[in-house]
Amino acid sequence: MSTPPRTTARPTPAAEEAALRKALSSTPRPPRASALSAALTFGWRGMLKVKHVPEQLLDVTITPVMFVVMFTYIFGGAIAGSTGAYLDYFLPGVLVMSVLFTTVYSGVALNTDLTRGVVDRFRSLPIWRPAPLVGALLGDSVRYLVAGTVIVVLGVILGFRPSAGVSGVIAALALVVVFAFGLSWVFTTLGLLMRSPNAVMNAGFMGIFPLTFLSNVFVEPDTLPSALEAFVNANPISVLATASRGLMEGDASGGDIAIVLATAAALTAVFAPLTTRLYRSRA
Amino acid sequence: MHSPLAIEASGLVKTFGSVRAVDGVDLAVRSGSVYGVLGPNGAGKTTTIRMLATLLRPDSGSARVLGHDIVDEATAVRGLVSLTGQLASVDEDLSGRENLVLIGRLLGLKRPQAKARAEELLDAFGLADAAGRLVKHYSGGMRRRLDIAASIVVTPDLMFLDEPTTGLDPRSRNQVWDIIRTFAAGGTTILLCTQYLDEADQLADGIAVIDHGKVIAEGTPGQLKASVGSGALHVRLLDPEQRPEAERVLTRELGAVHLEPDPAALSASCADSDRAAEAVAELARSNVGIAAFSLGQPSLDEVFLALTGHPAEEEPSDEDFDSDEEQAA
Repeated sequence: MSTPPRTTARPTPAAEEAALRKALSSTPRPPRASALSAALTFGWRGMLKVKHVPEQLLDVTITPVMFVVMFTYIFGGAIAGSTGAYLDYFLPGVLVMSVLFTTVYSGVALNTDLTRGVVDRFRSLPIWRPAPLVGALLGDSVRYLVAGTVIVVLGVILGFRPSAGVSGVIAALALVVVFAFGLSWVFTTLGLLMRSPNAVMNAGFMGIFPLTFLSNVFVEPDTLPSALEAFVNANPISVLATASRGLMEGDASGGDIAIVLATAAALTAVFAPLTTRLYRSRA
Repeated sequence: MHSPLAIEASGLVKTFGSVRAVDGVDLAVRSGSVYGVLGPNGAGKTTTIRMLATLLRPDSGSARVLGHDIVDEATAVRGLVSLTGQLASVDEDLSGRENLVLIGRLLGLKRPQAKARAEELLDAFGLADAAGRLVKHYSGGMRRRLDIAASIVVTPDLMFLDEPTTGLDPRSRNQVWDIIRTFAAGGTTILLCTQYLDEADQLADGIAVIDHGKVIAEGTPGQLKASVGSGALHVRLLDPEQRPEAERVLTRELGAVHLEPDPAALSASCADSDRAAEAVAELARSNVGIAAFSLGQPSLDEVFLALTGHPAEEEPSDEDFDSDEEQAA
């Protein structure tokens, strides 16, 4: 097809009508998109949004960066004797924290979507029903990876030298992202139950904030009162932080990793179907 | 082959809380026709369309769309229809091109096909220059055109258009009308919801008038207008003080006179132009100063007045129903 030079003038109505008629008639119906392809397409949609508004990544990286700097230099010496020693303990933990905080935004983004008309179109397409949700979370996983990478790079700049090297760090990152994928289903469920994106954000942080602080992310639990220590040790976030420390230092316990993976699987098994059902029924 | 009826609905009911948004709607839409569903805000148009497009489950009643049950065979229905919703059903945070590629991929086109199809549609809908811009920066008319383009990425057998021109300026509205006419001429079945009688009149072969969730009249645009009287003489006076005098004259000449909210305007139903001309001449002879007069089609208000005895008042909008439903969900 030759492309004439584009002008701002409107084409003649007859030409326009012919183009429309051709556009209407020219596409035969292809076979239905596979579940995987539909989900990946929604993941691509998530990536495009980051591409258009990269600033949205600032939301999820600035807070953890502040935490790293603040905790390391203000509290580090007091907690661990020296800032360097604290960084070794704290950095894998803050990686967990920053990625888990990011999961709240998955719920916020879904809730925002629902206020727009585009969800109607998605729901009227002949696609695998959970595809929009699975795809969005796959896209979000890339964001989790970005948030995690920022923390690791910052840690290295500040002097963090994990003994398991690059492969250990990658393994820890992967484990954290898998757990985050499971956890984010909780927030997508929340995203479908709450009325506004702000409400999702508030409720989400109200849950994730105390859970993160009541873990071993910041301090060794053996200084805590015994009841609290028991809670902290049972907190899956503690297990995840311990496992990622282990992976980075090269002494991870297989049991911890198994618990993390099982928790992620359980969260997905419960909340993914719930989210899908709510997504379908909510108008 | 499909049956001659593209849509057969009987007794559709949908309740949100205590509101019966749709209260027993029957529809029969022939394949290849443009069918208008006409009614004021909150009459139940959007809820009806959302049930037929499989987005909502009816509480009772049933419907077949292109031969498939909307509940039991929802996926089959989704594979054949497309929906252009009242809120533009496009992604504001993506560009126009990305929106079309996205829909193409979701419908099963391979990436190169989806891209080629997007370019073709952008050209046909006059959006080529804005293809790379984010949709949130589009004008209302451009957004609407993109929305319709997204509905035909794969040619649907049936299109649902929910108030496609509400909120558009006259020029954009005409563009959308031209698009719909082209589709209709090509044989696509279209279900068109609208609050504008002239829109239904311009585009539809058949019209159902809906009020309080019920179909209250059905027929061709001609039949519907005939049931109301073919039109009305609208007169605007130079001096509002003279309206009582003008009302007297017009009542004598034409019968029932309707006083408009504008204190200088009034209208009277009137079947033919000769009598209207006579009435205007009579006003002039009575020294009533006329600023403007016109012989127009009956408005939706007049249709409603004639059919229901009450004007098409603003009722809780469909959005309000949606939020009721959220509570229920």
